Amino acid sequence: MGSMIRRSLSAAGPLLALVAVIAFFAIADWMQGGVGNFVSSSSVRLVGVQSIKVGIAALGMTMIIIAGGIDLSAGTAAALSGCVAALALDNGWSIGAAVSMAILCGAACGFVNGSLISMLKLVPFIITLGAMTIFMGIGKTIAEDGGTITPPYESIPDWLPTMVTQFPDPLWIAYPLLPNFGWGVWLTLVLAIMVAVVLHKTVLGRYIFAIGSSEPTARLCGVPVVATKILVYTIAGALVGIAGVVDIARLGKGDAAAGLGLELEIIAAVVIGGGSLAGGRGTVLGTLCGVLIMGVINLGCTSLGLENQVENILLGTIIIAAVYVDRLRTQKLA
Amino acid sequence: MEAGKASHSSNNVEPGASTPVTFGAGGRSSVLSARDVGKRYAANWVLRGANLTLEPGQILALLGENGAGKSTFVKILSGAIVPDEGRVTLVDKPLPLGRPDAARRAGIAMVYQELSVCDEITVEDNIMLGREKSTWGWIDRREQREIVHSVLVKLGHPDLEPTRMVSELSIGAKQLVEIARALAQNARVLILDEPTSSLPAADAERLFDTVKKLAKDGLSVIYISHFLEEIRKLCDSYLVLRDGSVAGSGVLEGTTESEIVRLMVGRSVDELYPKVERVIGKEVLRIDNVSAHELPHSVSLSVRRGEIFGLAGLVGAGRTETVRCITGLRKTTSGHITIHESTLARVTPRRAIRAGIAMVSEDRKGEGLAQDLSIRDNITLSRLGPYSRGGWLRAGARNEAANEWMKRLEVKATSSSQNVSALSGGNQQKVALARVLHQDADCLLLDEPTRGVDVGTKAEIYRLIGETAAAGKAVVFVSSYFQELLGMCDRIAVMSRGRVVDVRPVADWDEPSLLLAAMGGELES
Repeated sequence: MGSMIRRSLSAAGPLLALVAVIAFFAIADWMQGGVGNFVSSSSVRLVGVQSIKVGIAALGMTMIIIAGGIDLSAGTAAALSGCVAALALDNGWSIGAAVSMAILCGAACGFVNGSLISMLKLVPFIITLGAMTIFMGIGKTIAEDGGTITPPYESIPDWLPTMVTQFPDPLWIAYPLLPNFGWGVWLTLVLAIMVAVVLHKTVLGRYIFAIGSSEPTARLCGVPVVATKILVYTIAGALVGIAGVVDIARLGKGDAAAGLGLELEIIAAVVIGGGSLAGGRGTVLGTLCGVLIMGVINLGCTSLGLENQVENILLGTIIIAAVYVDRLRTQKLA
Repeated sequence: MEAGKASHSSNNVEPGASTPVTFGAGGRSSVLSARDVGKRYAANWVLRGANLTLEPGQILALLGENGAGKSTFVKILSGAIVPDEGRVTLVDKPLPLGRPDAARRAGIAMVYQELSVCDEITVEDNIMLGREKSTWGWIDRREQREIVHSVLVKLGHPDLEPTRMVSELSIGAKQLVEIARALAQNARVLILDEPTSSLPAADAERLFDTVKKLAKDGLSVIYISHFLEEIRKLCDSYLVLRDGSVAGSGVLEGTTESEIVRLMVGRSVDELYPKVERVIGKEVLRIDNVSAHELPHSVSLSVRRGEIFGLAGLVGAGRTETVRCITGLRKTTSGHITIHESTLARVTPRRAIRAGIAMVSEDRKGEGLAQDLSIRDNITLSRLGPYSRGGWLRAGARNEAANEWMKRLEVKATSSSQNVSALSGGNQQKVALARVLHQDADCLLLDEPTRGVDVGTKAEIYRLIGETAAAGKAVVFVSSYFQELLGMCDRIAVMSRGRVVDVRPVADWDEPSLLLAAMGGELES
């Protein structure tokens, strides 16, 4: 029981940060003479649906970072998966087949990364840095001209875009008790619960933490390090593939170059959420808070009429502050 | 295959008169037996003809000086090293050699000096790591909790909360977790490698109680330690290694400390050490009550011109830490460092070098030399002044100087532009020495300068150190090898557990007294 409390306490940091960021923008908005609608159900819905793509990919990244790795290719792998889905639709495949292809593509990207990292014993940073441009190149190849594939409008069923819409039509959930997000938000939450369960209730989860905490010890205890790493990257890849489908839902097309820079947002979310790049630490709840903090900053800056560059500086500051606060906290423990 | 039968009753091998004894709860058959085990690197045997028999419930102290072959021996038993000859049987079955996983599964558990636990997972997860109880990948917490609980009870520490994060535990508790892991894997033999070297006294006592309790339940223990008083408290028998072979073994009861020390040391000094005439002059370095976090505690020393000052002690005694405090590589919490009668305020490595201090690190690979730089760069790195003009390097002059030092120290390399990483250990050490000599410091701190170096190069290094001191430098010589300290130094200070326990002129020391002082024992006069 004690550990549950401690674990939730360690997730409380990012949660508090989220509340602080929301409060900051609400007050700033109010002082600027806003009508006080910063904290409204419409902004909650907006932040929600805008966080889906990064959120789903960040779940996989959380696993990778806990295992002591990193994946710089997540962004371009997501874009590649989107292109694969768009290509499938363009060729008249069913939506189900297209989505499956995207997920498979993402998983394959992860599998390749994981295999190279654990078999060649090379640093994940370098492998995935290389993979990042390779995946973009492959995406551009299959997209041929312009680097984008736009499948015919009719090939995308209506239910797909409702994944990311701010104003979904059927009021599935007990609105107005809960905001009726686009269903992508619920999907993200379901996936988050699944990842959390894997991390805390399964043998695989223990192996992930053990490898990130001390790989030599894990090996000494007979943990199958190579297989575990490959599996982690593959699962994370599959999640990246799902994130790639979000692009199709939102824009109706696959764009091979769209993923550049996305990987940094994904990693930032995990780090703001308390994930340690040294491995061994990170929580799903923290990561989700990290994603939302970035979403709130984005929305807040827009509603305050602040320029994009202010948002960049603010986000960067928060990343550094998050890591520093985290270090202070762990030092106190030691 | 003849070793198997359970007829061994006598313990280990010679010398002469060890009485046959039975340990623990009755069973006479041996748990572990090693016969004629040997390991060599190139032509150099680090262990040869080593025999060992372990009975259920026996706690065997494995003793020997640094480099006597203890680690090699236990690493062979735990599968970390493949022996070149000999065989090991565990409960009458031959143990597959060189396979840590097989040894572990067969029941040999090793607890290393540096702890191997995962900080970021719980006590329970650490204990069960690699052998989780699960159905379809789902951890069966209830079943695991039962095993963990029974193991902790067996360990005598049911109070250890299985859900606690290991990062929150003390070092002593972490060690218990590691032992618990061994028990959960049904270990028959537990090997503890200097388990108290990083433990506070109270935790050490707790550990002894635990180990005794486990031995009473039939677990066999091999216990490596440098501290004789610990061995007295805990062990029932001993095995002494010296220069890679068994020097003696027997029952501890009735054996005196000096008998054991004689077994550990027992050999004559050869003529490796050139006595160069030196004039000892004014004080160069003085440190007063220097302390740092954990190690060292309130160390005071004074070293004079032309003097070679030895710093003896066992691994973990705080010698390296003391030297690092002097060079500013380790933050001191109190004390003063004085060079040529001026006290350094806030020592940093850069200031220390400016003040005339030079250090050769014990960690040649990690920090002693920049492995990916050339010999030339390494020699001149700490004093580039003579070759720079307005920030530009004068390549020619620097090259000349590097070549000259290479010649003087007889560094064997194709050219001064060769990478240090391509050199042999002995040649690398010469480059490290060349750097401190080139630096032209007044006070040289040499931390294990002959570690991992062959005998021929050792002699050259000794000669060089002697000449340097004769030229009026003050030399601090840190070594775990007592012979070379006795051969080289004018005075020797012995450190134990972070403190200087004794300083005497070299004539008042001999190997047994050094060893005894280093082990924290009482000196017999």
